[in-house]
Amino acid sequence: MNARVEPQLLTRLSSSHLDALEEEAIFVLREVAAFERPTLLFSGGKDSLVLLRCAEKAFGVNGDGTFGSGRIPYPLLMIDTGHNFPEVTDFRDRRAAELKADLIVRSVEDSMRRGTVRLAHPGESRNVHQSVTLLEAIEEFRFDALIGGARRDEEKARAKERVFSHRDSFGQWQPKAQRPELWTLFNTRLQPGEHFRVFPISNWTELDVWQYIERENIALPSIYYAHQRQVIERKGLLVPVTELTPPREGEQVVTRTVRFRTVGDITCTCPVASPAANASEVVAETIAADVSERGATRMDDKTSDASMEKRKKEGYF
Amino acid sequence: MDASTLAQPVRQPSGDHDAALRFITCGSVDDGKSTLIGRLLVDSKAVLQDQLAGVQRSGETDLALLTDGLTAEREQGITIDVAYRYFATPARKFIIGDAPGHEQYTRNMVTAASSADAAVVLVDATKLAWQDADLKLLPQTHRHSLLAHLLRVPSIVFAINKLDAVQDPALAFRHISAALGRFAQSAGIEPRAVVPVSALKGHNVVEAAPGWCGYAGPSLLQLLETLPVTQAETAEPFSFPVQWVEKFSGSSDTSQGRRVFWGRIATGQVRPGQAVRVMPSGQTATVAQVLDAVRRPRDIGAGHSAGIVLDREVDVSRGDWLLATDAPEAVREVSGTVAWLDDEPLLPGRVYWALHGHRWVKARVRRIGHRLDIQTLAQQQATQLEANAIGQVEITLQEPLATRPFERARLPGSLVLVDTATHRTAGALLVR
Repeated sequence: MNARVEPQLLTRLSSSHLDALEEEAIFVLREVAAFERPTLLFSGGKDSLVLLRCAEKAFGVNGDGTFGSGRIPYPLLMIDTGHNFPEVTDFRDRRAAELKADLIVRSVEDSMRRGTVRLAHPGESRNVHQSVTLLEAIEEFRFDALIGGARRDEEKARAKERVFSHRDSFGQWQPKAQRPELWTLFNTRLQPGEHFRVFPISNWTELDVWQYIERENIALPSIYYAHQRQVIERKGLLVPVTELTPPREGEQVVTRTVRFRTVGDITCTCPVASPAANASEVVAETIAADVSERGATRMDDKTSDASMEKRKKEGYF
Repeated sequence: MDASTLAQPVRQPSGDHDAALRFITCGSVDDGKSTLIGRLLVDSKAVLQDQLAGVQRSGETDLALLTDGLTAEREQGITIDVAYRYFATPARKFIIGDAPGHEQYTRNMVTAASSADAAVVLVDATKLAWQDADLKLLPQTHRHSLLAHLLRVPSIVFAINKLDAVQDPALAFRHISAALGRFAQSAGIEPRAVVPVSALKGHNVVEAAPGWCGYAGPSLLQLLETLPVTQAETAEPFSFPVQWVEKFSGSSDTSQGRRVFWGRIATGQVRPGQAVRVMPSGQTATVAQVLDAVRRPRDIGAGHSAGIVLDREVDVSRGDWLLATDAPEAVREVSGTVAWLDDEPLLPGRVYWALHGHRWVKARVRRIGHRLDIQTLAQQQATQLEANAIGQVEITLQEPLATRPFERARLPGSLVLVDTATHRTAGALLVR
């Protein structure tokens, strides 16, 4: 993400760099296989699809049949807010079936029925409430390591996080007391009830992810590429018109050619105007981008400088 | 060593410049590390509009806010933990670890340094008696340089900051460079360069400022573009910690149900036909096949993932090591330098967990040889090592480990000590 860098130079720099990032991710994914009850968080989004490709390679899922158990040795876990883009959930289910992976889905709506999640008002974003459902799932399955596709370039609090990020028995991140992480000697010892969040693609940037998607020819949900969509222009963002995000009084609905840089809860994820129809066009756009992924797309991170940190302390991914 | 020789890079750079350079910035609190990184990012146009808008307050840009992302850091105006940042120039990709300066958070500096190809040690000119030709450096400058050196960070660069804020920048640069030279020599450190910079004003950070402070060398960024990445230890005998054992599913395999041992090669290289010894069982076998990280068969060297298939059934589990047959014997008595990171002091007699490769064993501290006085580098007697101390210890291991001197072999030569009660990572031990 650097306007000074010529695309052809980046291509030269990227190939060995992507190899190194892939190797690092595979190393971490294999390290997690040593836990008793690990799981991989899989949303169907681009970062988790990149993770899944690395896991396929780590465990020989798509190999030539000579090696490998043929399966990823941990289940996939999805925390469903109920506010998903259907293109993404359909894609997620198809991909999990292709890989013959166990897919566990736990939903915020179940937590609402149990009374453990209470919304302030019906239209409230459920993104923050995912933490409750996630912690309930951790308790239910007694997961001790949860792999996630978070990247340090996404956000300032993420930039501070270890690859193996320790969580206490309340699922809390304690940024002031992170364990030192020396070389690749990961201290994975836990007290009962504690767990780790593990981030194999910590050191990837948005551009690395797209270059890898291009190189590996990774299929993505269609909404990552240019499509026509009804949107409202609100506070510099393009808010998608959906049942959950209807136009407010006096707002004008327009049709734009857009794509999503990130996908998440419908109520807080915005597309960007873009004609990019494939991975190489997205790579070119990403090189030229002058607004960050979150800055361009997320309504919920703008409330305060520390909103991500606060949510992570409460157990958010 | 005077300023004019120190100011130029010591050796010609070598290595793979297509690989990203991982570097850290370290030094005392308020030396301007976060500002320097902010300056590198902004002047190399790696900061995006919304991120820049986020650190502007009433028209002024506070560069430090680009990296200090935690609430407590903003409240206290200090860096608590490492922030990792990514940027690229036309010549190279970079991963920066912005390490905290405060002594209390030395463990986080050590975290950042353990994976770094280069360390930029920032020295604040305004905090030193720069008029004095015999001036004293700050303890954290010593501590961080020593830790980077101990951890074998390949390149150490001193950047003398805030020279725009002193009366006679050229004299200050000369005197501080000389002090750094004296310290480096007594500590056995060969710095790559000493660069005068102003993180606040941008002098010599991205663009060179020829002649400023009497310095005619490259800017800090130009220097970083040429530094080598950490060289893999391919010349040492083969050693391989087994990370994960893969069992064949069997059906299409005709190779008698053998298993693949996955891991990252610590030292040396591996190819089919090579004889190996399994530690701890002591059994020997021959390598039948070698696979790379993505399962293509080929010969592989240190630093890379490999899958190794042996010619016969031997007892190998995660945590075991495969070693060259001429590799040194495993030992139960180890001595080395420890960087103590936990708030609870290291005590002789106490038992800790030790992690070596992927193997956990119990370790008892038998004796503390000495503690290093950071200021004078003298060896002091010590009955315990408190947080942030560097010292020499002797430990006894519950089971033998195939260690080697860290000086020659990073991974076989390093142990992480973990408190058995709290599970906190307590120390980094570098085998002598």
